[in-house]
Amino acid sequence: MKPPPFEYHAPRDLDEALRILAGVRGKVLAGGQSLIPMLNMRLAAPAHLVDITRVASLDALERTREGVRVGAAVTHARAEREGGHPLLTRALRLVAHPVIRNRGTVVGSLVHADPAAELPAVLAVLGGSVRLARWDGARGQVRDVPAHEFFVGPMESAAGPDELAVSAFFPALDERTGHAFHEVARRHGDYALAGVCAVVTLGEDGGVAAARVACVGVGPAPVVADLTGAGAGDWALAAAALSRRVEPEDDIHATAAYRRHLVAVLAERALKEAAGLAERASKEAAGGA
Amino acid sequence: MSTRLFGEPVRRREDPRLLTGQGRYLDDLGRDALAAAFVRSPHASARIRDVDVAPALDVEGLVAVYTWEDLPERIGRPLPLLIPHPALTHGRTAHPLARDVVRHVGEPVVMVVASDRYAAEDACALIEVDYEPLTPVVGLERAVRGDALVHDDVPGNVGAHLVQEVPGADGRGAAEAIEAAPHTLAFRLHIERSASTPLEGRGVHARWDGRDLRVHSSTQTSTSVRMAVAAALGLPLPNVEVIAPDVGGGFGVKIVHPWPEEILVPWAAMTLGREVKWTEDRREHFIASAHERGQIQDVRVGFDDDGRVLGLDVTILHDHGAYTPYGIIVPIVTSTQLLGPYKIGAYRVEFSSVYTNTLQVTPYRGAGRPQGVFCMERTMDKIARHLGKDRAEVRAANLIGPDEFPYDQGMTFQDGRPLVYDSGDYPRMLRMLKELIGWDDHVGRPGLGIGLGCYVEGTGVGPYEGGHVQVTSDGRVHVSTGLTSQGQGHETAFAQIAASELGVPIERVSVVTGDTRRFGYAVGTFASRAAVMSGNAIALACRKVREKALRIAADALEADPADLEIVEGEVRVVGAPGPAVPLSTVAVLANPLRYAFDEETAKATQFSGAAPPDRPPVAEGDEPGLEGRDYYSPVRSTFAAGMHAAVVETDPDTAEIRVLRYAVVHDCGRLINPMIVEGQIHGGVAQGIGGALYERMVYDEHGQLVNASFMDFLMPYATEIPRVETAHLETPSPLNPLGIKGAGEAGVIPVSAVIASAVEDAEGFPIDRMPLSPSELYHLRLRHAGQEPGGD
Amino acid sequence: MEHEITLVVNGAARRVRVPARRLLSDCLRHDLGLTGTHVGCEHGVCGCCTVLLDGEPVRSCLTFAVSVDGREITTVEGLAGPGGMSPVQRAFGECHALQCGFCTPGFLCTVTALLRDNPSPTEEEVVEGISGNLCRCTGYQNIVKAVHRAAELIAEEGR
Repeated sequence: MKPPPFEYHAPRDLDEALRILAGVRGKVLAGGQSLIPMLNMRLAAPAHLVDITRVASLDALERTREGVRVGAAVTHARAEREGGHPLLTRALRLVAHPVIRNRGTVVGSLVHADPAAELPAVLAVLGGSVRLARWDGARGQVRDVPAHEFFVGPMESAAGPDELAVSAFFPALDERTGHAFHEVARRHGDYALAGVCAVVTLGEDGGVAAARVACVGVGPAPVVADLTGAGAGDWALAAAALSRRVEPEDDIHATAAYRRHLVAVLAERALKEAAGLAERASKEAAGGA
Repeated sequence: MSTRLFGEPVRRREDPRLLTGQGRYLDDLGRDALAAAFVRSPHASARIRDVDVAPALDVEGLVAVYTWEDLPERIGRPLPLLIPHPALTHGRTAHPLARDVVRHVGEPVVMVVASDRYAAEDACALIEVDYEPLTPVVGLERAVRGDALVHDDVPGNVGAHLVQEVPGADGRGAAEAIEAAPHTLAFRLHIERSASTPLEGRGVHARWDGRDLRVHSSTQTSTSVRMAVAAALGLPLPNVEVIAPDVGGGFGVKIVHPWPEEILVPWAAMTLGREVKWTEDRREHFIASAHERGQIQDVRVGFDDDGRVLGLDVTILHDHGAYTPYGIIVPIVTSTQLLGPYKIGAYRVEFSSVYTNTLQVTPYRGAGRPQGVFCMERTMDKIARHLGKDRAEVRAANLIGPDEFPYDQGMTFQDGRPLVYDSGDYPRMLRMLKELIGWDDHVGRPGLGIGLGCYVEGTGVGPYEGGHVQVTSDGRVHVSTGLTSQGQGHETAFAQIAASELGVPIERVSVVTGDTRRFGYAVGTFASRAAVMSGNAIALACRKVREKALRIAADALEADPADLEIVEGEVRVVGAPGPAVPLSTVAVLANPLRYAFDEETAKATQFSGAAPPDRPPVAEGDEPGLEGRDYYSPVRSTFAAGMHAAVVETDPDTAEIRVLRYAVVHDCGRLINPMIVEGQIHGGVAQGIGGALYERMVYDEHGQLVNASFMDFLMPYATEIPRVETAHLETPSPLNPLGIKGAGEAGVIPVSAVIASAVEDAEGFPIDRMPLSPSELYHLRLRHAGQEPGGD
Repeated sequence: MEHEITLVVNGAARRVRVPARRLLSDCLRHDLGLTGTHVGCEHGVCGCCTVLLDGEPVRSCLTFAVSVDGREITTVEGLAGPGGMSPVQRAFGECHALQCGFCTPGFLCTVTALLRDNPSPTEEEVVEGISGNLCRCTGYQNIVKAVHRAAELIAEEGR
């Protein structure tokens, strides 16, 4: 299990990185925690690897009122430590193990687009986006791709072969909002058999103003659903309805039927917890005002 | 420090080097060696039409490529069938490199030698093998249909068939006894495959200097590898030495030998005149070493109103994989050790060992016992359920009494000897377990279950092991034994034995294992035998040394040897701290010298006046030196025992299973080092929990192992293993001088049975198949709620 | 194409020429002769190859040597100080937290960083902290004990 040969590029700035990618269409190496196992098993054999960890501008973590922008070289561990986005932080603790998170990157997890991974679900449920850059021959061109367009299929994102995902934007949670992420994995730190990430916002009247979930492990990409009106406040009913919409598959760890069942169980748990937290946040907001 | 070390939790002497990165494992050797890699079959069953190595020839660093055709006749022969048995009528072993056909994914087809492993793998990737795929035989049900064959000349895919029958006291056979019993039950049980999976894979390093071959192998038996390598290469035995360096775990898989690589790597080293090394990678270990466990058992049992078993009839289908190099040890162990601590009426057991196009099956820690115990303990639980009795009570009704030893089960064990239990106290053990787990106080509810399981383990099987003990003139004690170590702390346990026997501080004792240069006769480390076999051999060797030391010192002290003792490395009159002779001096006196090289040795030279001038310096019948060699060869095995209990919680919604408590009562006779024994039990339990809830080898219908990585073969992390509570009972074995029994496999044996028992208690329906995943538990719930059709 | 890189390993700068694809684990073991770092799976699951990269535990089998040019690496060989074994190493010995010793270097590196960042972890934090390292021998019982014991030793000796 040794990687096949490749040419290694270590650009120092973004333009150089984009120029190389435009020229050689190499594979981007950031944390390498998903890519290198595939290389070691010789499941992939890219001729060029472009290591972006020396591009200083990609190592930025910006927190604003609107949300958190995470640069492509920012590791899971750093985002967990400094991220300032409670749902992202919570999800990061479910990603693999601490040692993997020391090298793995947030944006790398998004681009890898594993349907069982947590971070794509977080980006999707929040309605975040990924910023892609490419070299047009003279300069870098940037486009922001919303989450629902970014996750194209299993292990497939919207990033083109000459494009570099330079950052991801996780919108901040509204006031009076609660969130939760529940999953079932075979072992602690494994990819989830199924998982549900929920965000619930209450209106000033205490009613549900918005309820969104994203499910992992039960479709080719995160399954996002708006449950704002669903179940009329009966989260079990809403969760059951959601579970009928997902299309999980059998694999060696679990049947499709079990996964579908888990979606109902986990969605109910996540929605209830998120709603409870939203209620608490509402009270705090009211108390503070 | 005290020399009363036997029984003390002495800290391990291996640890300083292993904690500082100074251990020497196989891949740490031979930095300049060439690297070997293998092209392995991607098909479970195929005919090889052609091998085209040409595309690989331009790879930079390539040194050699070998197919079966390139091997000399004696290298290309099928590997030996290590343990023949009359019932193994169709034993089959692989060729070192596939000849014409491949019978499992992972079978080696081409060997590549290159400057390093990267280059070797590059070449492997370019070699083109043209296969004609054949119909693979996967799964026991498919295999016994016999419509496709793994080996053309093995009809029905049955390699072995064995029936053993022990009539009841009234002379009736099992069928008759069951027929006549007040109650009968019949059911089928499934156990899936798992594997040893040590964190260090296999590996071989060979160096040939034109006359002598030195082989390092990550093996559980260096002496036997040596004989196999010498035989295959046609070398005189004295010109071959085999050393097991530090070994990163074995758990059974490394007892198999010679592996194809153990023949091919030394042969390549000789052929190329270069050091060659092969370090198995994780994928290779999954598809090209060995697995165990897979069985289907059909059980019929008859019992009385108290739950006493009157007749038991078990028919076992055992999946042997593609080859049978280790014979039928595993199903024999299942058949015999199934009986556990119980005296049952009539017993009949029949097994068929069946070939499939999957990786070969050879012992993994427990070696067939986990399956046998699963069968018997499921039976006990079913009896209790049928009668509405307490599960512990039903077991108690069947236990062999403490006054019934030696207890003859009337069968032939895996060593070819009668299955006679030497000692034990099972009723007391059950009482201890109930107390430890709080059996009688447990308040069950749906989703919270308690379970238990009992076993007896034959340990310390023969034929023999030896020990050599030498005291040198610096007072140091050098102990060697031929069997190997894979983490069991032999350097410590054997040093404790030697220090205790010889009365020397343990700091002066050093122990070498698994090095044929130091000790050439040995069997190996398996079947929980090392402490019993080598421990006793070393004790016996020490006693020889002690006797000689006392005799020589008696001369010097002008005392009767019977009045002498050795304390802190000095020989003195018992209880009298007067004049004393240090062992260093005794060692000098034991070896008459012509030449001196330091002050101590000068005392043994011819003009020193040490020896009386009228006697030969070495008396007739005596030998120079203060050393002893002895062997321990028992008539039969010792029988350790244990009982485990667990409390589990099952999530009513997600069907996740959590082990809340795990309790172990264990009896392995006298403990040499309780710290090490506890460690063995902990590790065994963790492997057992892996086998019960997480680990399985999943083959698809094409014979592809679809979870051949640590990502999908779910070996438990710390987060999956509960704290383990232990208690010890010590019933010494009357069979050996130290009164010890083996402990290595104990922890793993009953775990699947215990977890099944506890989950069954929590869920209220039978658990007849292991391992059990949340997904499977979910479907069992649906089935028992009548919401899903049942399988078998 | 080979790359000339400098790794600061256990405090000493080491220059080495490596092909781009050389895994850090292989570079340490075979190029630099530091065989204390072990390789158990080469796909990042077992944790045997864990080393400290600028103080943080990482999988050396999932890191290319060339990509950490110029950075500091601590391997198991570098954990002991001038006064002998580190508290973590001693605690592992004292608690019988190793058997075959193959996974041990990875655990030692992981735990060294864990206790630096969290000097008195709870039971749950200990288990979580070592949850990325596989051990096939010990059942983790004594490893968990050893982490708590190492925390005690560090606290005692820090005073």
